[in-house]
Amino acid sequence: MQEFEPKIVAFVCNWCTYAGADLTGTSRIKYSANVKIIRFPCTGRIDFMILMKAFENGADGIIVSGCHPNDCHYSTGNFHARRRWIVFRNLLNFTGIDTERIQFSWVSAAEGFKWAEVVNNTVKKIKEIGPYENYKKIAVSTLFNEEGASNE
Amino acid sequence: MSRIGVFVCHCGENISATVNCEKVAKITGELKGVEFSTDYKYMCSDPGQTLLKEAIKEHKLDGVVVAACSPRMHEPTFRKACAEAGLNPFLCEMSNIREHCSWVHPKDDLTTEKAGDLVRVMVEKVKKNKALNSIKVPVTKTALVIGGGIAGIQAALDIANCGHKVIMVEKQPSIGGHMSQLSETFPTLDCSQCILTPRMVEVAQHPNITLHTYSEVEVVDGFIGNFKVKIRKKSKSLDEHLCTGCGLCTTKCPQKKIPNEFERGLGFRPAIYVPFPQAVPNKPVIDRENCTYYIKGKCKVCEIVCPTKAIRFDQEDEILDVEVGAIVLATGFDVLKPDFFPEYGYGKYKDVIDGLQFERLASASGPTQGEIRRPSDGKEPKKIVFVACAGSRDPAKGIEYCSKICCMYTAKHAMLYKHKVHDGTPYVFYMDIRAGGKMYEEFVRRTIVEDGTHYVRGRVSTIYEKNGKLIVRGADTLMGGIPIEIEADMVVLATAGVANKGAEELAQTAHVSYDAYKFFAEAHPKLKPVETNTAGIFLAGACQAPKDIPESVAAASGAAVKVAALFSNDELTRDPLVALVNRQPAPVFSSCVGCFLCQSVCPYQAIEREEIKNRNGEVIKTLARVNEGLCQGCGTCVALCRTKAIDIHGYSNQQVYTEIMALLNE
Repeated sequence: MQEFEPKIVAFVCNWCTYAGADLTGTSRIKYSANVKIIRFPCTGRIDFMILMKAFENGADGIIVSGCHPNDCHYSTGNFHARRRWIVFRNLLNFTGIDTERIQFSWVSAAEGFKWAEVVNNTVKKIKEIGPYENYKKIAVSTLFNEEGASNE
Repeated sequence: MSRIGVFVCHCGENISATVNCEKVAKITGELKGVEFSTDYKYMCSDPGQTLLKEAIKEHKLDGVVVAACSPRMHEPTFRKACAEAGLNPFLCEMSNIREHCSWVHPKDDLTTEKAGDLVRVMVEKVKKNKALNSIKVPVTKTALVIGGGIAGIQAALDIANCGHKVIMVEKQPSIGGHMSQLSETFPTLDCSQCILTPRMVEVAQHPNITLHTYSEVEVVDGFIGNFKVKIRKKSKSLDEHLCTGCGLCTTKCPQKKIPNEFERGLGFRPAIYVPFPQAVPNKPVIDRENCTYYIKGKCKVCEIVCPTKAIRFDQEDEILDVEVGAIVLATGFDVLKPDFFPEYGYGKYKDVIDGLQFERLASASGPTQGEIRRPSDGKEPKKIVFVACAGSRDPAKGIEYCSKICCMYTAKHAMLYKHKVHDGTPYVFYMDIRAGGKMYEEFVRRTIVEDGTHYVRGRVSTIYEKNGKLIVRGADTLMGGIPIEIEADMVVLATAGVANKGAEELAQTAHVSYDAYKFFAEAHPKLKPVETNTAGIFLAGACQAPKDIPESVAAASGAAVKVAALFSNDELTRDPLVALVNRQPAPVFSSCVGCFLCQSVCPYQAIEREEIKNRNGEVIKTLARVNEGLCQGCGTCVALCRTKAIDIHGYSNQQVYTEIMALLNE
């Protein structure tokens, strides 16, 4: 049987983690190809609809990463991201979404090595947890296609 | 229907070694809306850019994706090329298939597949891009230089000589920095103060420079060309306009036993003091922590003796608000506290000192008037041991880097010692002698050959006292690691250069990156050595990494040129990737409901209130509006908006969702 290759999306800020991931490349540190990066100006821009959209489209795991607290290029964006994460994590847990699949981390522009670590650890963890079948079952698109057709 | 062009770069072999670029170009060429796709060895080269421009014209492209290195590297290059071919630059996007793909994955199909995915994401995104025009903002032609050491002085003078105003902020009561503490400088043995003090005076007298000593920067707001800075001018307990600098107060102050910071604790100073005789400004400050009046509530001797009645005990800190267009960080370095090394007995044995203390001993203006005398009993040391790399290059101590300046100043110390104590014997324990620099190697050679300094290659394991002598125990690795013991009269530790105290806080205040050792990070280690990741903030001197004087001065002049270049424009153009509150014709107006949550989270006060009036001029509702000049495009408001009325150019909801869907659905 073919090994499960999870689809993982990384939402990162332009100033710290994106630059940190650039440094990982410049330092030629190898990491798993399962993770693909989408660039944002700041973690403050990343609202939870974005994470939901990723799960809905078949992501098995998500990484959100930005500047360390106090180092935000825009002063406070990452504080908003952190606060939002704390609040929404409970809500997501309540609604039954597997928050273990969301990895929140701080990776600075100087931490190329840490980025590779975050990626590899997340890939390892998601491989252990397995594909996110549960969400795919309840995804809006799935519901709409199956139950919408049967007209309940 | 889009007409998008995809250009896949090989980057020599940097990408093509692990990614099959031809295949990426081929598969992405089949995507819907892609009109043209190709691969080329070096897209950023002149022929590469020409290829891009020709293709835009020939195929009438309305969107471009360049799959190459990081957009942080070459996005401006390709956007400029697009603009030159008549395509709006904001219809060009880059896929990072080098740093995020070819360099971090092995050569296999998965890597090529990932590169294809990354390109597909950008193709879908660019379909949603809008043609945008750059925003123009005015430039405040005043520079702020933080730090008044040699780097700050050089930067300030260079900027001021270009005809621009400079505000210099120095934490200490006087400018001059570490260079003012040095005795002589390598490799010419110029007297440090003789070459520095004229520059200090020039700063004080320059019509374009405003100097604030005993002051610190508390808040940095704004952005390139338009920074708003709060400076705390600490109270000197003195009316500077009345004070003539006669110095009577400093001689009459009854509190005289305070360790002198300038002398690195080798001498004493009173509570009201001028740090050193050539200080600029040459006016005293009261050290409130040690002043008898502030401790016990009575004394006021200085006030009584002051001929101009300049002492102000009730003076409070002053907060200055200034507007500047550029900032130069020149806050310098510190030396590692030698008590980091219990095995070397610093603090336990008075005659184990650090390099800066030796500088003070060797300085003609120092506590011994330039005679080398050991601190314990004032005797001339006949045998002296210099320990290089005390802390530096020592992963066990957490400092893996080379402090760079110690090899040279240790050689200088040995030479100065020999010039002053002719019958003395200097030993130097070293790991390697790193003397790269003009006339540096020759200088070290002179120390060894002409001045007979004994260089011992090896590290010192311990220093202990025995019969009034300091026993330095080490190994000579060139002699097969044989143990060696030297009975020394004095030991000088060349302690590592470390980031200045408070560097981390300042970096956070100014929003610049810093490295694991708290040194400020440059924007690019080779090609942007004086820029930071924050536009408009530059670096000069040893706040970036340990540097010697010539290097600090060169960096400072480099930073000054960057500032002058910035100030050569009356206005700057900025990327228009800013937020926008939607507006539609009446009676809908906007999906904004006027909750102004966005206003509360905006770090730049860029959200304004706009009153919407009816025909009779009555306000019917208040909506949010983004001031484009102030918005920096962080997008925090977008994430927070309850009605999704705010969106951000370049990272709009539509673009982001498209990217996610493109990434996950093949």
